[in-house]
Amino acid sequence: MTVSQTSFGSHEPVLDVRNLTVQYTGDTRSTTAVDRVSFSIGTGEVFGLAGESGCGKSTIANSIMRLLKDPAKIAGGSITFGGRDVLAMSPDELRRFRWQDVAMVFQSAMNSLNPVLTIGEQIVDIFTTHAGLSRRESLRRAGELLELVRIDPARLKSYPHQLSGGMRQRAVIAMAVALKPSLLILDEPTTALDVVVQQEIMAQIKELQRELGFSVLFITHDMSLMVELSHRMAVMYGGRIVETAKAHDVYADPRHPYTQALMGAFPPLTGPRVPLTGLPDGVKFRNIPDLAEVAPGHLVAPFGADDLSIPRGVHVTGDEAAALEGAIR
Amino acid sequence: MSHPIPALEVRGLGKSFPIGGLFSRDSVRALHGVDLTIGRGEIVALVGESGSGKSTLARCVARLEKPGEGAILLAGVDVLKRDRFQASRAFRSQLQMVFQDPFGSLNPAHRIEHFLRRSLAIHGKGGHTETETQTRLEELMATVGLQADMLDSYPHELSGGQRQRVAIARALAVEPQVILADEPTSMLDVSVRIGVLNLMRKLRDEKGISMLYITHDLASARYLADRTAVMFAGELVEEGESLDLLANPAHPYTQLLVSAVPDPARAGSYDPIRRAQLRQAVMASTGCAFDRDPDQPCSADEPVRHQVGGPENRHWVRCHLYRPRAGAGGHALAAEPAAAASTQAGHPASNLPKKASA
Repeated sequence: MTVSQTSFGSHEPVLDVRNLTVQYTGDTRSTTAVDRVSFSIGTGEVFGLAGESGCGKSTIANSIMRLLKDPAKIAGGSITFGGRDVLAMSPDELRRFRWQDVAMVFQSAMNSLNPVLTIGEQIVDIFTTHAGLSRRESLRRAGELLELVRIDPARLKSYPHQLSGGMRQRAVIAMAVALKPSLLILDEPTTALDVVVQQEIMAQIKELQRELGFSVLFITHDMSLMVELSHRMAVMYGGRIVETAKAHDVYADPRHPYTQALMGAFPPLTGPRVPLTGLPDGVKFRNIPDLAEVAPGHLVAPFGADDLSIPRGVHVTGDEAAALEGAIR
Repeated sequence: MSHPIPALEVRGLGKSFPIGGLFSRDSVRALHGVDLTIGRGEIVALVGESGSGKSTLARCVARLEKPGEGAILLAGVDVLKRDRFQASRAFRSQLQMVFQDPFGSLNPAHRIEHFLRRSLAIHGKGGHTETETQTRLEELMATVGLQADMLDSYPHELSGGQRQRVAIARALAVEPQVILADEPTSMLDVSVRIGVLNLMRKLRDEKGISMLYITHDLASARYLADRTAVMFAGELVEEGESLDLLANPAHPYTQLLVSAVPDPARAGSYDPIRRAQLRQAVMASTGCAFDRDPDQPCSADEPVRHQVGGPENRHWVRCHLYRPRAGAGGHALAAEPAAAASTQAGHPASNLPKKASA
């Protein structure tokens, strides 16, 4: 049985984002980074958000955590977590909400550890600050946490520079799940790591998720990784969601040209060597309309016939095909 | 490649770094006995994990590090003997590097034109008149697929993909025979990565430039490179035609790397936990030549090269566990990549003892 079929969770949404709009306001002009985005995540569900730099996926994560700073402003929409309105929370409520209800692992989180404090001191901090535990009890829990991500508890006395990149990232994940949050946001958790370490980190996250049953919002640009790990996913472009469905449906039958281009940007590991282009230069989508259902649970933003359409996986212009011919045996 | 003299040949390259304090005599072996040949107009990928020694090899070949032993032959000339102490200008005009980080490799205070003009001037490739230089600049920009008016831009005005194209144009300005590209796409957005890879292939096809493409992305190695070499703990353990190597990986480490690549098309389910266990099994069983652990079957002697499959694949592996065509069954890891490799009707490349997967 594949991971995707297990623990789909109930459809009681943990997180519900409706028509979220975020604007970055400048002196002369403002940019809409996130434009009327809606999605929900069920209990125990892994939801993937795919897209490239600048498409707004990290802005969404920061909005959910209420971490947006000026000049970013939530201009509209709602974020509901377990029935509570996140956007209306007071500073006190927010303090409990962050880390206890929702925890986040940032892209280069392994570099965000404080270099002058030991790993142990930093984990103990979480328990004393957020859970009000004693130092001794906190230290015991910190040891358990490291064991959970298969790091020797003796490492509590280590400084971050004494751990490898993979170990530091695992330590950060351990810190994120320390207070048993019901939602874990992973913003490109493995981007800076190489494939084998990435594999171990993802294994760790899956294992923790099985054990602790939290939901995951998984943000990445690696479509292959996302399809393998997410139950459902959404593809973002220019602040809008252009396609959302079960992850395997998106993989097997991408409908939007942008999704097709993203899928086509990853060379396959098997089969003949075919020329790929990724997203051809100069292609832009503008005024992306609202999603429409094309199959059960599969929603795609309608696009005009004059929009670019790419045959799945392969799209080549004449001279590029000629240039590549020599390389294909 | 029928040219008798390869563009770049590395023979028995070794490099150790001292560790410990000022008076410590300990050292860590970063490279050991590396032999690698790149023919003219050939792209060879070098893959391996962080810390496997890929970048050290590139830095040694580029003369940014002094190798401890071995020889580096550029077009048949031993450059370590020719330029004893540091890289000469002649060497730099033969071999150029493209680095991983296009955000760090371009000085933010200068316009794009400055970088290219400087390369041209230092190596005397700019022609005799300003008009010639200007033409050359525009040609360079066109070659890497950028508009000539971007010459007036500053690096911060360009996207990551455009900056990497500028870095490639800067390398091209000196008309090198060999380009070393160290993870040139790993910091770029997915949709522009393919564009940079296609550009590298175009340069090979049109200008006959040889390339060493260093990456940990096996799929892109397969896409771009004619041959792929796998580096593990400072040694090359397997090498072959890219398609054959990734379809029939013979070394347990290569099999591990292949199995770690997420691929939704892979037959069977994806179970990262099992893969992580497999990794530990592989790492334990193939400490072999690198560990010199007397308890392992693969210890004392350095493994020799075994040919894998037919000679046309130029595929070899260095592993004590490798048994050519020794019946069915085989290594636990071997089944997975082989199952996914439907198009390559290769030999049963790997038939390693069951023990390794214990």
